[in-house]
Order: sequence, then C-alpha cells, then structure tokens
Amino acid sequence: MLNKDKLWEHYEKFKIYRDKILALGNDSLEKTIAIALSLCFICAILVSFSAVALKPLQVYNKDLDMKKNILEVAGLLEEGKDIDKAFEEKIVAKIINLETGDYVEDISPAEYDQRKAAKDPAQSVPIPKDKDIAHIRVKAKLAKVFLVKEGDAIKSIILPVSGYGLWSTLYGFLALDADGQTVQSINFYDQAETPGLGGEVVNPNWRALWKGKKVYAETDQPYLEKGAIDDAGSGEPALSVVKGTVEPGKPGSQYQVDGLAGATLTSRGVTNLIRYWMGKEGFARYLGKVRTTKEG
Amino acid sequence: MSAVLNSETKKVLTTPLVNDNPITLQVLGICSALAVTSKMSTSLIMALALTLVTAFSSAAISSIRNHIPGSIRIIVQMTIIASLVIVVDQILKAFAYEVSKQLSVFVGLIITNCIVMGRAEGYAMKNPPIESFMDGIGNGLGYSLILIIVAFFRETLGSGKLLGVEVFKLAKDGGWYDPNGLMLLPPSAFFIIGMIIWAVRQWKPEQVEKVDFKIMAIAHGEGGLH
Repeated sequence: MLNKDKLWEHYEKFKIYRDKILALGNDSLEKTIAIALSLCFICAILVSFSAVALKPLQVYNKDLDMKKNILEVAGLLEEGKDIDKAFEEKIVAKIINLETGDYVEDISPAEYDQRKAAKDPAQSVPIPKDKDIAHIRVKAKLAKVFLVKEGDAIKSIILPVSGYGLWSTLYGFLALDADGQTVQSINFYDQAETPGLGGEVVNPNWRALWKGKKVYAETDQPYLEKGAIDDAGSGEPALSVVKGTVEPGKPGSQYQVDGLAGATLTSRGVTNLIRYWMGKEGFARYLGKVRTTKEG
Repeated sequence: MSAVLNSETKKVLTTPLVNDNPITLQVLGICSALAVTSKMSTSLIMALALTLVTAFSSAAISSIRNHIPGSIRIIVQMTIIASLVIVVDQILKAFAYEVSKQLSVFVGLIITNCIVMGRAEGYAMKNPPIESFMDGIGNGLGYSLILIIVAFFRETLGSGKLLGVEVFKLAKDGGWYDPNGLMLLPPSAFFIIGMIIWAVRQWKPEQVEKVDFKIMAIAHGEGGLH
C-alpha cells in the first residue's frame, strides 16, 4: 500500500512533469501528444462515469415506459396509480414459440427482451424476402406476449408488433379480446414518422377507431373452428388501414380502419405489420391455440 | 458578481440575440433548426441542451486555450464538445425519458451543430473562460429565440396546436382549421427562417452583407474565356 508521504512524493513528481510539459512550446511534438492523451483520458472518465452512474435510472425508465405502454393498450392505465404495482397485479407475461404457437416455460419472461433477441443471430431467424411484408428482415424465434386475466379466463391478449413505415420501424402493441379476433386497442411506443402526418399513429382519436375491428376474415365456417392454424388458406388476416374514411355498416368495414391523412406510406406500413404479425409467420398459430384451449 | 455587470459580458450575452444572431446573421445551426422545430416542446429542450453545451464547452475550451496545440486544435474542441453532448444525452435519458425519446438522434447531433464549433473556434480560443461561458449562453439564447419563433409558426399552422394544446380546432375534428401539411415538413423551416432573416435585415440594414464581387457586364455566353 502507498502511504501518505509516498503519495505526496508522487504528486510532487507529477507536478514537476506537468509544469515541464506545460512550459513546452504549444506546437512541439511532446506537448501535442501529452495534451491529446490527457484530454482523452479526462473525457473518457467523464463519459464513462456518466454512462455507468446513470445506467440503472435509464434502464428503470425504459422498463417503466414499456410497462406503461402495455397497461395503456390494455386500457388499465390509471392516472396517479403506481405503474409497477398495477403491472404486477394485472399483467402476466408469457414467452411463446412463434413457430409452434406454444408457451415456452423454461425462459423467464422478465429476463427476455424480444427486440434484443431479434438482433442476436442465435435467437432469431431471417425472414424470407417474399414473406417479409413488414420489412423487418429478422424476427426473434420467441415472442413475449402479455395476458390480462380475470380469474382463469383471459381478458385480453397483448401482442408485440413491428414493421417499417416511411422513415422508421414502428414498434407497438396490439391488444385483442380472448377470441383472438376482436381488436381492443393498438399503440406504438417507438416510431419516428413525420410528426403531424405519419406520427399521428399515436393520436388517441385515430387509435380509438381500432376498437372492435376484426383481424381475421370470417368465412362460412366460423373462424373459431377453422382457426388461424388452418393451412387451407383461410385464417389470413383481413384487417387493414384503408385510404380515406371507412363507411360504417358497409360490408367489410369491420376489417377496415381509416387511413391517416397525408401519410399513405405509414398507413400502408401499419397494414403490413398487422398482416405480417397476425399471419402464419407471426401469431396466427398461437392465437389458434388460445382459442381451442379456451373452447375445449 | 462584478463579472455579470462587466460590459464585455453584457455585450456577449445580448448581441447574439438580434445583432449577431447565430442563425440569422452567422447562418450557423440551420440543420437542427429544420429538424426539431415541428413541435414547440422538442424545440425548447433542444434549445436548452444546445445552450448548456455551448456554454460549458466554450468555458472548457477557453480554460485550456493557451495550451492547445494548433495542429490538433479542432479535434481537441470536438472531443470536449462530444463528451459534453454524450453527458447531456445520458442525463436526459435518465431524468427526462419522454423528452429524450422525442429528440432521439438530435441530441447526439448537437456534436455537429455548427454553433458550438463556431463559438469555440471563433470566441473561446481567444477569450477567458467566464466571458466564453457567457458568449455560449448568449449564442445559445439567440439560437433558442429563432427556434421558438419557427416552432411557434410550424406547430400552430401545421397541427393547430401549441405545446400540444389545441389552439385552432381542426377541420377533421369538426373545427374550422385545415392544417398546412407543409409546415410539418423540414423545408417549411427554410421559408420561415428566410423570412425572419429578411425581416431582421429590413429592420437593421447594416446586417446586409457587402457584395463580395460584382458580376461584370460581359456575362457568360459571350465567349470570353475558353
């Protein structure tokens, strides 16, 4: 261990060297190198200190923001109520395997980050070009979904969706009724579309239009029996954002949402991401299983 | 506190507001003025962040100005500015998460904002730290002023709101105002800034630059130099 005198001695030495360097001509090679090194050293300490010291707060904020969005899309967000507590009480997170549509029990939902997993080659699969209608290129093999339960019955199913709009990838949640068919709500928590045009995807008035819309086309055979896992071609998502205003009562209007004025490409992006994530590549199999287990 | 009353300090604080405004006269920092002004709230945060970064980077650079080797002076300035911007970004993410989400990349882009570099190179390299700090604040305020004016027009005309609160009832919600979509796109800031520059120069004709050179009567196409 260094004792106090020794430290002092080192400091004195440091001072002598420092003064020597500072006395050098500004354009000498030695001083240039010394200044560059010490500046980098000081700045590196400053930056890394702030990054490390503030990290827990930032992670907490991100987490809280996510919980807030999930509660919001489930219609459970109450002003002034503790978000952490409400989330704990009402929401159950589940991991599902997108390929089979089954729950995966051996991974803790709290530790799984789907967006991170999508970037990790070991945990994701590339999407074939012809199937990549949402333009996201890769998807995580496992998805994290959230359920709102009342007793044993599912009240809402909250699914993460993402897809490319005009400028940015939109990330959001779609909340469905337990029938896996009726939309409760949608929200986008991360997007960088043009404010006022495509950015209106976050507008509560527009989002309210989604309530009660149907995801899958109802054929002669009721979708509940036919199910989305049917390979015969039915169970394709029919929900889309259309140009202009939807006439209520017109046949098919239950599958249509008003387009965003002046944001054709963002509206198309939203349609694409719904079509992708509600299709067989996305949650169709899972939703099929939710329906049958509920029914049987 | 005598420094506050110092005439130099007063000068560097007030002249950048109109007489030597970084945007309208120095024509610096236009890029971010286009990007963040579609909403008043993002403009205000951007203005605050830029003012702080300019002030502190100018003060830091000024305090070591006598020891900065000329050959690496720009990179030294850049390093200091970049470090400060990262710190500001980290602080925003920790304490104002919503805002940092809205500003996203623009905070990082303060690094490339010409005002910060311009003041470091143009003022802080030659003046003592306190004056440089004040100069940073002054220029930050000048930038803020223009940002706020631009954002005021863009948000009210483009979305009928101000700071997210409705001021004009929109036609699509049953009101009378049909918003001007152009105002939400970056080019509209060009028009507004252009008009502000014109208005300021009408008011203060001494700001009009002297013509650098006169185009001679023998115009191109007359077969002069070949």
